[in-house]
Amino acid sequence: MSDSIAAAPPRHRPLVGEALAGLLLTVPAGIAYLLMLLLPTAATILLAFTDYELGLPGFAWIGLGNFEELLEDRGFAIAFRNTVIYVGLVAPLSILLGLGAALLIEAGIRGRALFRAVFFLPVVSLTVAMAAAWQYLLHPTIGPLNAFLRTLGMTAPPFWLSSSDWVLLSLSAIGVWENVGYNMVLFLAGLTAIPRELHHAAEVDGARGWLDRFRLVTWPLLGPTTLFVLTITMIRSIRVFDTVAVLTQGGPNKASEVLLHTMYKEGFTFLRLGYSAAITLVFLAMVLGLVWLQTKALDKRVHYG
Amino acid sequence: MVEGSKRSWLADAPRLLLLAALGLLLLMPYIWMVSASLKPLDELFRASLNLWPERFHAIENYSKVFNQIPVFQYLWNGLVVCAGILFFQLLFAVPAGYALAKLRFPGRDFVFGLVMLGLLVPPHVPALPLYLAFSQAGLLNTYAALILPFTISVFAIFLFRQFFKALPDELVHAARLDGMGEIEIVWRVILPNAWPAATAFAIFSVVAHWNDLFWPLIVIEGQARATPALGVLYFRSDEAGDDFASLMAAAVIMTLPLVLAFLFAQRRFVEGIATTGLKG
Repeated sequence: MSDSIAAAPPRHRPLVGEALAGLLLTVPAGIAYLLMLLLPTAATILLAFTDYELGLPGFAWIGLGNFEELLEDRGFAIAFRNTVIYVGLVAPLSILLGLGAALLIEAGIRGRALFRAVFFLPVVSLTVAMAAAWQYLLHPTIGPLNAFLRTLGMTAPPFWLSSSDWVLLSLSAIGVWENVGYNMVLFLAGLTAIPRELHHAAEVDGARGWLDRFRLVTWPLLGPTTLFVLTITMIRSIRVFDTVAVLTQGGPNKASEVLLHTMYKEGFTFLRLGYSAAITLVFLAMVLGLVWLQTKALDKRVHYG
Repeated sequence: MVEGSKRSWLADAPRLLLLAALGLLLLMPYIWMVSASLKPLDELFRASLNLWPERFHAIENYSKVFNQIPVFQYLWNGLVVCAGILFFQLLFAVPAGYALAKLRFPGRDFVFGLVMLGLLVPPHVPALPLYLAFSQAGLLNTYAALILPFTISVFAIFLFRQFFKALPDELVHAARLDGMGEIEIVWRVILPNAWPAATAFAIFSVVAHWNDLFWPLIVIEGQARATPALGVLYFRSDEAGDDFASLMAAAVIMTLPLVLAFLFAQRRFVEGIATTGLKG
């Protein structure tokens, strides 16, 4: 189909065939994009401004009615607050631990593959199954954790997942456990990208000891990686659903209710699709807000290297 | 730091001890899960801190799982769903990624803009209308319902575009001079060169969809099309009750396939997640 001459520069080949092929090759993806992503997302946005309930005939446009109801909804307020707390706990802790693990692994040769595999294991484990394992581990009476605390002399250890004071903390601990390995892998990739000569140069310039080198070389160069890991971890943890759905269903007394679980319940248990769509939009706005913050931070950042 | 290989065991000990302590902490759920799956129930209820069972009850626990739930059906469903999703994702994303990277056609920037826009939308956002559509079409409780929403991965298109952009233009030009059409170029030149990106993406995709609970919970009821994640959930609420021993056995069985795959191809998994993670 191409009648270009070998001598002609590649930029000036006949364009019709290429243009046709370009369109042809993107059409299948385009159709799937339209049907599975663009139209349903647009429909969610429209749905959020209706009072549509599954099983009821017809629906009405109610403008911002759903959002006004959200502002009054105590359950939603709790879910929103819990999600923020969860993200606020899981993101920093799993990033610190992931960075620590990556630095420790990178600092030597011995045990690299072994420890990398161990820390990464939770990422590839079936979340629902591991949630069941955590349920046993944290069980108030027969759980190994409380058995251990009792041998330490604690007479009334917490009820963890069934205590409204501890449930969000317990779920956050599980969230940290799930995310450490993922963040470690991203930090390891960031660390290998730092040229070794820079550490030598810093030493020559009088940077003594590990801490100096970390402060002067590793940390500034890891900046873009850290910002990226922060955003991706926050977006991952804002989506918390599996552990809540399996372990607590938002209880006890809404103490572990989170955004996506509220959205799921309103939509698929109470069948209030319009209201559920409004919650989905709040969730989407939070994700977009995080991405926007990341772009802002990237714009300001001075690039080294 | 650089001389890690030359350091003595003694100098390396603090680092190794710290890593071992952290690693042991992370392994606790696995250790206790396996231990509980080997014990009889009355031993569990005594809540002793012995990992090793006094009386082995493994055969009873594991056979209870196999007798009461269709384990292989769940694993098979998980396999069909993950393979189906991956197949369509690659089928749509590889040509589109190639077109966006190497071809000039009208609307290319617009298409790429749509891809970037799609990257911002989490899969939970289109879920409600998709559920309505599948329910109208009578597609609930089918493989189609589990697979179709994920056939388009804008992330895959983005990943392949970046990857193909780095391939030398001469590769494509040479193929054109040999008289190949664009479709043939995708099939015979681009695809064989896409393996590194495709493996990385495959690992990312399979890990995500094997573990997914949100969507299967919405479109599936009953055992026939349940994925492993749903299977554990059903077993937990219906069969196991307070029988943590067999629940842990079920958890071990369902976790094992992907973990084994990971242990066999560790390096690929870690690299796959690192590449896909950093590009996302």
